[in-house]
Amino acid sequence: MTPLYWRRRATNVVVMTLALGATALGLVWLVLVLWTLVANGVAAITPSLFLESTPPPGSSGGLANAIYGSIVMTAVATLIGAPVGILAGTYLAEYGAGTRIAPTIRFVNDILLSAPSIIIGLFVYEVMVLKMGHFSGWAGATALAIIVVPVVVRTTEDMLNLVPTALREAAAALGAPKWRVIVFIAYRAAMQGMLTGVMLAFARIAGETAPLLFTALNNQFFSTDMNAPMANLPVVIFQFAMSPYVDWQSLAWGGALLITVTILVLNIAARLFAAWGSFGR
Amino acid sequence: MTDTVYSLDLSGTRRRTLGDRLFKATAAGFAFLVLAILAAVILALVDGALPALREFGIGFLATEEWDPVLDEFGALAPIYGTLVTSAIAMLVGIPVAFGIAVFITELCPAWLKRPIGVLIELLAAIPSIIYGIWGLFVLAPFLQRHVQPFLIDTLGTVPGVGALFRGPPLGIGIFTAGIILAIMVLPFIASITRDVFETVPPILKESAYGLGATTWEVVRSVVVPYTRAGIVGGVMLGLGRALGETMAVTFVVGNAHRIDTSLFAPGTTISAALANEFTEAVGDLYFSSLIALGLILFLITFTVLSLAKLMLLRLQQKAGT
Repeated sequence: MTPLYWRRRATNVVVMTLALGATALGLVWLVLVLWTLVANGVAAITPSLFLESTPPPGSSGGLANAIYGSIVMTAVATLIGAPVGILAGTYLAEYGAGTRIAPTIRFVNDILLSAPSIIIGLFVYEVMVLKMGHFSGWAGATALAIIVVPVVVRTTEDMLNLVPTALREAAAALGAPKWRVIVFIAYRAAMQGMLTGVMLAFARIAGETAPLLFTALNNQFFSTDMNAPMANLPVVIFQFAMSPYVDWQSLAWGGALLITVTILVLNIAARLFAAWGSFGR
Repeated sequence: MTDTVYSLDLSGTRRRTLGDRLFKATAAGFAFLVLAILAAVILALVDGALPALREFGIGFLATEEWDPVLDEFGALAPIYGTLVTSAIAMLVGIPVAFGIAVFITELCPAWLKRPIGVLIELLAAIPSIIYGIWGLFVLAPFLQRHVQPFLIDTLGTVPGVGALFRGPPLGIGIFTAGIILAIMVLPFIASITRDVFETVPPILKESAYGLGATTWEVVRSVVVPYTRAGIVGGVMLGLGRALGETMAVTFVVGNAHRIDTSLFAPGTTISAALANEFTEAVGDLYFSSLIALGLILFLITFTVLSLAKLMLLRLQQKAGT
């Protein structure tokens, strides 16, 4: 064997070991982060976390108002953003072929998808908070909805494009008008994928902090009024973790563990749901 | 045959076209809403930034001064921080992401591909605030105690480049922010690079293997040239993410409006400055300067993302999808 052969082989072994090392490194972060979360946050997971509101430093309390606020704003944002996204994605998939406007909308959608979320928060501050004169849960939900829409548009369009044209043609041949073909045939065929997209969008906004920083702000007390500043988990974690008080920091870790577990469970559930029924086909 | 004429029942047709028209109009309306949102964002940012831009002019981009008391603002320190932390993130993240993609596509046994892919995507799903508190409480002390003193003693003594590694080991600073960004950005780049690697026609790789090439040679000479545009596109998408990342950076960057030659010094980025100061800004000029910062960030990410899209589009056309 020539020296060249051994040199090539050695290079290959070195590079492949580096690749293996890189993968191990990438996965090690995940394990480290999760481990830290569990180690620091598990102590705070008590019933009072869910029953009591955020306390002043030095007193005991929980995160009930923040959890409630987060759930409400995320749900409202998804309820607003998902239909907008689904219909926009339907336009791109069903009516957009061949038009010049569709690629433009797709391009703009991808820009919005990756735009920094703090800019979205800034925008909603300008148009809603300033006009209304105060922070509100509605502004927070709107900012989150603007983040939901591009995600849902993307997944809806991709899923609808996977539906075979033959299905649509068969329905049209039977006399169905176009909107019935879309709603009763195409949607039904793509439903699993579309719902997965909505679930993933929900999981994404569940952890978003920046858009809520200057829209919903925060609230020390339990409030159901969406027309006023509303407590939410990410901003509370931000405030408590940066503070010098140990009990606040402990609550922050508990909240962080809660958010991470929720998001990971949602992601895994979305994946399982997307694959449901397709094994063995 | 009788001479009955089958009359077409047209009474349902009008209803049907109405339903079609309504549905199409609604769908189109929401699709145009997407365009309207982007336009509105740009307009709102420009409108809010105008007072500051009128006051400071183009010098706004070149001044390091950030004095809320005297109403003197300059964007240089945040812009510098944003660019440098993103550069560190790319330098550290791209090789690791590339290694992961190579591993998944070339080395990994088939049964392991899916689980590792899922784990990488879970890494991407973790919200940035989690990385932020992890960075503040775990990574920063670790870097402060073990990595930074070592680097200061070794690389810091080298003339020239050493200036980057001098100063007290604070733990928080531009360097730590860059590392956290690298961890956040690498799952994105890894997934896109892996997807792009998988578009290479197997026959090309098999021909190379058949000629006796090693795995690395196949990657270097067949896969990468074929997918070059896609890799660049993926990298730029990751860059776009790094530029705009807020919460993780805010926790560890140190939040000081200054530029220092040392990477270990505290600094600030545009998004961190916004997150920290926006709710406390008093005075129209302060407020408008912050929005001007937001406009600058938006323009930077818009440019990077547009270039990324163009690159990925070129690869799609080449692959025939």
